[in-house]
Order: sequence, then structure tokens, then C-alpha cells
Amino acid sequence: MPRDELDVMSEIKRNYILQKIRKDGIRADGRKLDEMRKVVIQTNFIPRASGSAVVTLGRTKVVCGIKIEAGEPFPDTPNQGVLTTNVELLPMAFPTFEAGPPSEDSIEIARVVDRGIRESKMIDLQKLVVEPAKQVWIVFIDIDVIDYDGNLIDACTIAAVSALATAVVPASTIGQKDFPLPITCRPASVTMLKIDNVVVVDPDLEEEQIASARLTVTMAEDGHLKAMQKGEPGFFTLEEIQKAIKTSSDVGSQIRNNYPK
Amino acid sequence: MGTASDKKLFDENGLRLDGRSPGDLRPIRIETDVLNRADGSAFIEWGGNKIQVAVYGPREAYPRHMQNINQAFVRARYNMAAFSVDERKRPGPDRRSMEISKVISEALQAAVMVELFPRAQIDVFIEVLQADAGTRIAGLTASAVALAAAGVPMRDLVVGCTAGKVDGKVVLDLSKEEDNFGQADLPVAVMPKSGKVVLMQMDGDLSIDEFNEATSMIFKATERINQIQRDALKKNYASTAQDWGE
Repeated sequence: MPRDELDVMSEIKRNYILQKIRKDGIRADGRKLDEMRKVVIQTNFIPRASGSAVVTLGRTKVVCGIKIEAGEPFPDTPNQGVLTTNVELLPMAFPTFEAGPPSEDSIEIARVVDRGIRESKMIDLQKLVVEPAKQVWIVFIDIDVIDYDGNLIDACTIAAVSALATAVVPASTIGQKDFPLPITCRPASVTMLKIDNVVVVDPDLEEEQIASARLTVTMAEDGHLKAMQKGEPGFFTLEEIQKAIKTSSDVGSQIRNNYPK
Repeated sequence: MGTASDKKLFDENGLRLDGRSPGDLRPIRIETDVLNRADGSAFIEWGGNKIQVAVYGPREAYPRHMQNINQAFVRARYNMAAFSVDERKRPGPDRRSMEISKVISEALQAAVMVELFPRAQIDVFIEVLQADAGTRIAGLTASAVALAAAGVPMRDLVVGCTAGKVDGKVVLDLSKEEDNFGQADLPVAVMPKSGKVVLMQMDGDLSIDEFNEATSMIFKATERINQIQRDALKKNYASTAQDWGE
């Protein structure tokens, strides 16, 4: 995860965060270990897009726009629409984010978000075929990160799922009737960080700066695992992972309650 | 992953296409110090995978602004040769290989005693010459051996293995067909002495029971793979010792 300009945090602040977690079992901003920050979702923010959502997660803010265009399918999947996901870490979001080709961080975030949506089969890609092997609908998920205060993976997943859930396929552009994007389920990703042998949910930037390892678990309503990603140089024990899966299932259903109906 | 298919992946005896039972690994062979110029190297054959790994360093980190005054950083570069897959792969890094490079770097960073080498970097170059499913964990498994062969101080080796779900059944070490037509893929890497998990990814569909079954299969397998790593390292030193003796 990106760090601040100097990649240092004052000892005082670091100790304060650690001590709060160790001693009181609560976090610097007063949250419980498994408590998400406040999620606010506003859909249809960009009417020109086929679907869109602005999501704030605490002080992290991302904008997702969906574009759906007719195009050629991949040769190996002639009977399926196409899904692509891209995340832009805009320079406006953080002092050390730079313009230019996508960084490792933005690629990882985009791929983890994509995997959750793809593997849960949230979008019924088989219903996005106009003419097999010739023309299908291509769904572009583009996410702009405009304000960064930690946990971009979950903010981006929430934004993407919300935007997709309200998206409309612009079939009128090829002389057919517009129809809502076919949705089968609503995946929720839950990202957890390990700080000093304690696992916390929905980390903010300061927590990311002192954490040793990260784990993202994406599940759908059926309670099955759809995607996981461990990140950062630290480790998890198997017991910690099993507990994190349970947490993800609980917190994930809270997130799902926020999704647009 | 999860492509609908009527391809049969088990025979009537419950064996897999290549004759393995669900908990079997493919054959694995590791050789160390196969390159001259590199500080350490390893070559791994894992099923049809053929992967060459070279280690350079610890050496001064460059560019300068990447230097960390407290520790070294491990930078792995996972690359697939253009001829490594059925259809020619366009050379150079793509999004998939960049992500894999990142998770492998992080996994190795956990094992290497990076605090001994402030301002340094340790490069691990992973070249997939032939790909046959499970390249990231095969590359990682070989990287750990190459680092040890280079004399880089480590807390432990790192061992990777995958499990997945095929026709609704949890199996170890997916083959290419199983990877293409299976329903889930779970690559994991651990430090075998402590059981600490340093890499974990998952995609597909797994229930929690299936996940637990898969991880226990993987943990058992990592012991066996770790023994192969150790044997590979020992073999080199044993032959050196013999040369000196004679």
C-alpha cells in the first residue's frame, strides 16, 4: 500500500496506535477491531455513464463509472460478454501518487476487485451476447481514487458493485431496447490488516503504515469464498486466516446492507 | 476458472487425468547453482513447469530513493518466456506478471533477514520457460532455494503449493486442464518450520469446509516439498565435500 511522503510515522503516534489496540482492544479512531468506517454510497452520480457510484469509506473517496459498449468477444469465450477493471490512483488523492502508467499497487487493487466480481459471477456474462463470436457487450469498470485514507480494495469493490447493480446496457445504440445489466449476486470484499498480532477490519492509512500483513476475503450471499488475496511482507497463521474468513462473512453482510437495492 | 465444460476430469476409479489421486503432487525436481554469473540460482521442474531462477545481491539498492535505511528489500521479477505457453505470449511485463511479482516479493521478504542489509536490494529473477499451471508457487519455491544457495541469511525457506476444486472435489496441485476447467484455485506459500502463511490468493468458489480441506492438504504437501528443497541444497554441498575429500 502507498505510504506517506517520508514513509515515517512519529514514534509517539505509532506507540499510541499500538498501545490502544494492545491494551484497550480499540483503535486510534475509537473503532472496535472488526468495525467498518462509515460507508456512504451515491449512485447515478455520472449520468453519462451506464452506471456509476461515488463511495466514501471514512475519509477515502472513490468514483466508479461503468461504460458498456458493443464489441468483439475473446476468441475463447464467444458466448460471453467481456469484463475489464481498471483503477486509477490519481495524483490528487495523495502526495506521492504520480501520473503515468499504472503502478504495482493500482494493478493489484484492480485485479483483486475484478476477481471478486468475476468469480462470484455477479454479472451474468452469458446474457451479454448480441451475436455469438461476433458481437457482445463489453463492461468497462473504471475507478478513480480521488481521496486516499486507507483500504482502497474495499472502497473500490463497494463502488464497483454499487455501480454495476444500477447499470443499464445501452442496447438502443444498436437498435435494440435498453435493459438493466443482468446481476446474479452482490459480492462484498473485507480487507483486514495484522497489526502486532491483532487483526483489524477496514484499516485507515495510519494503520496501513504500521501493519505487517494484509488479507482480503471476498464472499457472496451464499457464504462461499470467491476471492482472496494476502498482501504485504508479513504473515498470517492458519488460525488467523480461518478467523478472518468468519469476520469477512459477518462484516460482508453489513456491507451488503449498504448496497443499493 | 469455472468455465462450463463437459470435459471429464476424473476416471471411473476417481483418479485424475494424469493418474494422480486427489492428494497427489506432480513430480518435482530442484537443482541448485546451475548458473555461473548469478550469486545463487535454482532450476525447478514441477510437472510440466520448467522455471529458472537467479538471485543477485544483496547489493546497493538503485535507484537511490528506493533505499531503506533500516533494511534491504527483495524485488522479484516474474517473467514468462514468449514460448512458454501454447499461444505465443507477447514479451514483457503485463498486469498478471506484475501482480505475481509483487506477491512473490512480499512472501520472500518475510523469510529473508532483510534487517541485516540496510540500503540494499536483493533481486530474484524468475523466468518461466515452460508453463504448466502453478507457475507462481513453483517459481516461489525455487526462489527460496536460490536465495539459500546465494548464501542470503533467511529465517526459513518458503514453500508454495496450490489446491483447488475440480468437479466439486478438492484436489492438490492442479494440472493445466484442472486449472482451466476447475471451479477454484488456491495458491498458498508458507514458512514450513513455523507454518506462517506468507502468500495466499484464491479465486473461484469454495465453501468454508472445502477451504479447510484444501489448506490441510496444502500444509501436508509443503512438508514433502520442503524436503525436496533441502535435499537439493544438500546435494550440492555433499558433492563439494566429496571433491575436497578425494
